[in-house]
Amino acid sequence: MARFIAKRVALGLVTLWLLSVMIFLLAQVLPGDVARRILGPFADQSAVDALNEELGTDRSLITQYLDWIGGFVTGDMGESLAFRRPVEDVLGPALVNSAKLALVAFIIVVPLAILGGVYAALKEARPADRLISVGGLSATAIPEFVWAVVLILVFALTLDLLPVTAQAPPGAGFFTELKYLLLPALCLVFVLFGYIARMARAGTIESLDADYTRTAIIKGLPRRAVIRRHVLRNSLLPTIAVVATQLGYLIGGLVVIEVIFNYNGIGQALYDALQAKDFPLIQSAVLIVGIVYLVATLLADIAYSVLNPRVRLGAAE
Amino acid sequence: MSTATATAPALELRDLEVAYRVRGVWRPVLRGVSLSIGQGESYGLVGESGCGKSTAAFAALRFLARNGRVSSGSIHVGGEDLLAMDEAGVRHLRTSQIAMVYQNPTGALNPSIRIGDQVAEVFAIAGAGEKEATERAHEMLRKVQIADPASVMRRYPHQLSGGMNQRVVIAMALANDPTLLILDEPTTGLDATVEAEVLDLVAALRDEFDTSLLFITHNLAVVAKMCDRLGVLYAGRVLEEGPVQEVFDNPRHPYTVGLLRCIPRGGIRKYDQQLDTIPGFLPQLGAELPGCVYTDRCALAQDICRREEPPLYDVGDEHRSRCHFHERAQELPRATAAEAVKRPKTEAEDPVVRTEGVRKTFHQEGHDIHALADISFALKPGETLGLVGESGSGKTTLARTLLGLTAPDEGSVVELDGRQLAPGIRKRDREQVRALQIVFQNPDSALNRRFSIHRIIARALTLLRGDRGEELENRLRDLAHSVRFDVRLIQARPAQLSGGLKQRVAIARAFAGDPRVVVCDEPTSALDVSVQAAILNLLAELQANEGVAYLFISHDLGVVRYLSDRIAVLYLGRLMEFGEADAVYNAPQHPYTEALLSSVPGAEGEERPRIRLEGDIPSAADPPSGCVFHTRCPRYIGDVCHQQEPELKEVEPGHFWRCHYSVEELRELQKTAPPERPAAAPAPEDAP
Amino acid sequence: MSIDPQQQPAGAGPGSATVAPAPEISARADEARDARREQFRLLRRSKTFIAGSLILGFWVICAIFGDLIAPDDPFATDPLNDLAAPSGDHWFGTDRLGRDVLSRVIVGAQDILLVAPLATLLATALGTVLGLVTGYFRGAVDDVISRIIDALLALPVVVLGSVAIVALGPSNSTLIIVIGLAFAPVIARTVRAAVLTEREYEYVAAARLRNENTPYILFAEILPNVSGPIMVEFTVRLGYAIFAIATLSFLGLGIQPPAPDWGVQIAEHYGLISGGYWWPVLFPALAVASLVTAVNLMADGISQAFERG
Repeated sequence: MARFIAKRVALGLVTLWLLSVMIFLLAQVLPGDVARRILGPFADQSAVDALNEELGTDRSLITQYLDWIGGFVTGDMGESLAFRRPVEDVLGPALVNSAKLALVAFIIVVPLAILGGVYAALKEARPADRLISVGGLSATAIPEFVWAVVLILVFALTLDLLPVTAQAPPGAGFFTELKYLLLPALCLVFVLFGYIARMARAGTIESLDADYTRTAIIKGLPRRAVIRRHVLRNSLLPTIAVVATQLGYLIGGLVVIEVIFNYNGIGQALYDALQAKDFPLIQSAVLIVGIVYLVATLLADIAYSVLNPRVRLGAAE
Repeated sequence: MSTATATAPALELRDLEVAYRVRGVWRPVLRGVSLSIGQGESYGLVGESGCGKSTAAFAALRFLARNGRVSSGSIHVGGEDLLAMDEAGVRHLRTSQIAMVYQNPTGALNPSIRIGDQVAEVFAIAGAGEKEATERAHEMLRKVQIADPASVMRRYPHQLSGGMNQRVVIAMALANDPTLLILDEPTTGLDATVEAEVLDLVAALRDEFDTSLLFITHNLAVVAKMCDRLGVLYAGRVLEEGPVQEVFDNPRHPYTVGLLRCIPRGGIRKYDQQLDTIPGFLPQLGAELPGCVYTDRCALAQDICRREEPPLYDVGDEHRSRCHFHERAQELPRATAAEAVKRPKTEAEDPVVRTEGVRKTFHQEGHDIHALADISFALKPGETLGLVGESGSGKTTLARTLLGLTAPDEGSVVELDGRQLAPGIRKRDREQVRALQIVFQNPDSALNRRFSIHRIIARALTLLRGDRGEELENRLRDLAHSVRFDVRLIQARPAQLSGGLKQRVAIARAFAGDPRVVVCDEPTSALDVSVQAAILNLLAELQANEGVAYLFISHDLGVVRYLSDRIAVLYLGRLMEFGEADAVYNAPQHPYTEALLSSVPGAEGEERPRIRLEGDIPSAADPPSGCVFHTRCPRYIGDVCHQQEPELKEVEPGHFWRCHYSVEELRELQKTAPPERPAAAPAPEDAP
Repeated sequence: MSIDPQQQPAGAGPGSATVAPAPEISARADEARDARREQFRLLRRSKTFIAGSLILGFWVICAIFGDLIAPDDPFATDPLNDLAAPSGDHWFGTDRLGRDVLSRVIVGAQDILLVAPLATLLATALGTVLGLVTGYFRGAVDDVISRIIDALLALPVVVLGSVAIVALGPSNSTLIIVIGLAFAPVIARTVRAAVLTEREYEYVAAARLRNENTPYILFAEILPNVSGPIMVEFTVRLGYAIFAIATLSFLGLGIQPPAPDWGVQIAEHYGLISGGYWWPVLFPALAVASLVTAVNLMADGISQAFERG
């Protein structure tokens, strides 16, 4: 079991390394000549060279990469070109903010979607199922920014229930913060609901049709006990993996949501950095995004293996 | 086995009609089935695929698919009307009166719940408390001859073998002492020796608990062994019913007669006669069949059969037949002429394939799997070598090694016509590739479902012979003709054809390149009995005409006996016995062969003394020391068996085996059955 | 020679000595459906598919004939008439430069219905090849490529796309290539899974036994059998592609102004919502929503009809 986890972690690290290389190369395509871009097309070449030397952008790619990665691991992510501050000072609080928003969204959507999916499966082909399935599907299809616009129009402007920005005033209490986060979180919820519910539904249907469920029924178990004891624990297992991958979509959605709601999270930071072509910030922000996703999927993988006896214990033959 | 008593029958179906709704249309699956099983009686329901036997089984539990319904008729269990009951009543019935054993035991158990909990659940439903349920579960597992119940109860189904899981399912079924036990193909998919164990167990428990059995199967031999009476089901209708021995000795329906003739019985060989076949094909589930359902395939059919469905005529003591011409049933003319294939005249030629010291080890993380060890044999042109063995014997690996799909270990010698074959097929030349072909078990998997038949065969012709254009078309027609495939169907896709037809296409493809050796890997196992015979005849005929050698792999010992000239018995990757078919099938023979043959129920009623093999087949990853069979050998000698692996010795001319005994010793010993508990064989370890 | 009483000649029995075998084609063929045709039939009956294709059809017509259908010139500015509420003259009102919103919404379908399908086609082609190769070969090839795919999948498309487009400069062709490359890994994963199952079928072994070369086995034998899942993937990804491109356009990194792309329109006007100017935002938003939903509904219908390739 420990060997299994160690192997997964090792693979994850390899992927992470590959990711860092890819991000670095991509970000390097950006600036071309960094100093030139900062100083403008009319600056003197010697001034440009001097600035390049000062920024360290005249060194070989490999050196720059190693420098960056080495620093990253210890928490030093270089200096932001736009803000002229250490990158980690910008990203640190941003990450915390995004985490808050993501957490609110997740806590709402995961139980709701799983319940919805299981319920739809139990009422397969009946109206409730069609509603949840098609409804979920349609909701997922609509981009977050569209949801944002619609929800803002309805809740903030027409009904005046919720604020238009996500950033609570400083010193606000827990519930006030929550109120501000609710609208953006809802946008994310609508987008994530459909896919998780669909997976839960598919898993439950497969479990309901399985031979072992038939055995349980023929044993004489009442339907509720069959579902509770035999069906659910098998149907929800695949859902774990799905929830983790949905985290990826969530982060993607964060960029847009934070921009619309003017929220100081990692999405907004990335967006600003892209506008400013601030490659140190871009590199590290994107790498952080990748790390979050990989860690989430790794945890989901491990959870799945622990909970699934077929993987945990392996076949004896 | 007790006969029916005067009390209410355990199960009674009266004119039961069940239909399924497929694409909006209700299709009849059971067209009025009536049967009655008395208390303590064992009833076998026999039929091929699509006859509706499983539907009948599940109907008795009132468990129908979502798209199924009972159109008419009645079901009574222990005198109570099942169809009139409410939900609670049905559940109560399922808990205490009826139970079921399934075809796929590992699938029937919940993969996420421990065995102990699943068995205890049965007692809990009946009202036992947690502690009591666990204790009784432990006891029940011991009753099904599981050696260490406590350790098994902690495990999950995927950690146990199929045979072990089936015992668990049987334990769950018999837990609450039901009146009726339904078994749906319970041993299909289990190895022969394990199958015998399970059947013996069921028989013993049935006697102890005095349970009635409804035994669903396609295997007549199993019915002969386990049941008092049998019913033959075809297209949802019972065509013949009666005491088992009576029906076998004196069949009175053309279908039963046909079935019995299809199966190679009484030790007949391909040089004796061709097997009789049943023409036509099995009707689709729910097809429209006016009059007698068997008319389309019946050689005795007359106009009246098409107009009027026969009632069940009484033809003897409790023996009934649904045929207008039942007196003449046994005069049913043969569908296939009896003329046998000719024995090849040539003798003592050089072998077409020769192997020596072939070994194959698979390396998986942690352990090595020794799939093959020291295989040496020669295959003569035009002969059939039957390869017999259970799971883990290595027969598939051997076939793949021969064909070049799996490379054997260094030092293995595989020769074709005296030339060493490259281990991988990529390095073999076209001549060699043409010479070795295969017919797979499952025609659905073996034919690309997106290709037309024409394309499948044409491709083989193009690649193996370089045929093109008109020459290709001619050759294709010849091939189709030789496998009796109607050329008009040549543009069809596999999904549109029946199993037998698909297998003919697969055979045609294998013969496209004029092969010298064709590996037949369970070629008839996925086919219905009535279709098997035709394919076997075809294979024998092609062999006689083309002079092809077969490596014939099958778990069906009767079929192997019919088709094979020589036989090789494999166990855990080793050749245990090898020789002429007669020599291997009769004493003196290797103890494993002896046990294997004894575990196959003989439909002809000839009883071999049953030799029981303890436990499961050991894993190829951790083979026993010395003679690999010593852990289960009923004729275990002593230390020499687990210390020293015997060589493959020629004990009689052309007859080899791997055993420490000599011919005379075994000839003497095998006059009587071995003792129940063999002398001090080290106890086989259960899977870790 | 064994004596078998059942071998006695029929004598004067009914019927002939041998019965002509009944034609062996199964009854299923009488219904005469090729599996493919059966699947298309199912598709035509699927309500979700029909609903989706109707909406998509509408937008395709807008894209092709937009210039003819639109009541006004989508690019004609009218500063005096800016931000006019919906009325008889302008059913959807005017935007901040006085342009007719209805016309812009209609014509806005053009770019996205060009870029998204092309990007998805690219992704599907690439993903299929990658999936076939990794699924068939396994081993080292699979390990390496799968790691790279995992790495790419760790980044949301929007993030990856943004960075790539900022690096390469936004344009429609860049968009096609970037989105195409971003979606290829997901498709590769799905195809790989299907191939893993398919390669266990014995017709693949039979092909190897004819010494077929590998490209033949991959493309002629296996590919037709995984075409079902590929078709489903294509439609699903198309939906996501539209989604992603609209989002990128909203962020200013996708389709560029002055093209009347819906994402761009929303980006230009969403700040004005609090002022009560809802129409330049709502109508493009509904347009995006309807298009993506339509494609998803079609994808749903296709996946049910082509459940098994």
